[in-house]
Amino acid sequence: MGYAVSLSLAMAALWLVLSGHYDSTLLLSIGAGASVFSVFLAWRLHILDEETSPYHKVWRLFLYWPWLWWEVIKTNITIVRTILSPDMVLTPRMVRVKELPRTDMARIIFANSITLTPGTVSVDLDDDEIIVHAVLKEMTNKNDFAAMGARCAKAWGEKGSLS
Amino acid sequence: MSELLHYLEIARHILASLSLLGGGFFVVAGAIGVLRMPDFYTRVHAAGVTDTLGAVLVLFGLILLSGFTLLSAKLALVGVFLLLTSPTATHAVTNAAHIAGLKPRLGTYRTAPPPEEDNTKGPIA
Repeated sequence: MGYAVSLSLAMAALWLVLSGHYDSTLLLSIGAGASVFSVFLAWRLHILDEETSPYHKVWRLFLYWPWLWWEVIKTNITIVRTILSPDMVLTPRMVRVKELPRTDMARIIFANSITLTPGTVSVDLDDDEIIVHAVLKEMTNKNDFAAMGARCAKAWGEKGSLS
Repeated sequence: MSELLHYLEIARHILASLSLLGGGFFVVAGAIGVLRMPDFYTRVHAAGVTDTLGAVLVLFGLILLSGFTLLSAKLALVGVFLLLTSPTATHAVTNAAHIAGLKPRLGTYRTAPPPEEDNTKGPIA
């Protein structure tokens, strides 16, 4: 029930921001109907769960974002320096990251975070490892991956160490 | 008080211009990277610069320019969706290449040094 209510509210907020109509009763009721109908469709698809509507843990994700952004800015500067240096030296590597968060969603957040930071791209995601392509060998430090994985697990509310 | 607001207004426009210029710089740097990098997998990294800091700085500058309006909220939504979808698209492309069997170029890659200028054939000896 909490998932349905929170997702309806989120859909209504999205509708209001994208349409910009606040004063017409007809349009507002159509928007409310559309919000509820989309939540009904999600329920019928059996995807109305904590992955679709994580209202009780979304604040942890918002705490994770500033740290991720700081990492993105740092690696961006490193990569742009490499690109613009006259003698461009690349040391591409393929590495396997074995220490992953346990839940699916935390793993997706982890793989997406790896891809979002320039210089590392998650190439393949299996049951027990993520294959990562890195453009500089300094970016394949095992401890850095473990630290990011632990933060992703925490952002999704997991307790304990990585598997 | 009105003086302070005036200065804030000037600062907002200066910050917006700097942000837009910075975003443009990162987009161009990403494009140069795509041209300079040797193979598919490394080029993806250069495109990532354009996707993240370039796009977000441009969006941030536009938000500052449009002020506290509905347009800003829409631009912020564009940023959020961009940050959620662009890594997914990047992963899909690289994963397709990996499954199709494209081998990455590993080891050390160095751009060849520019050919030395030939000074012996000058017009005046």
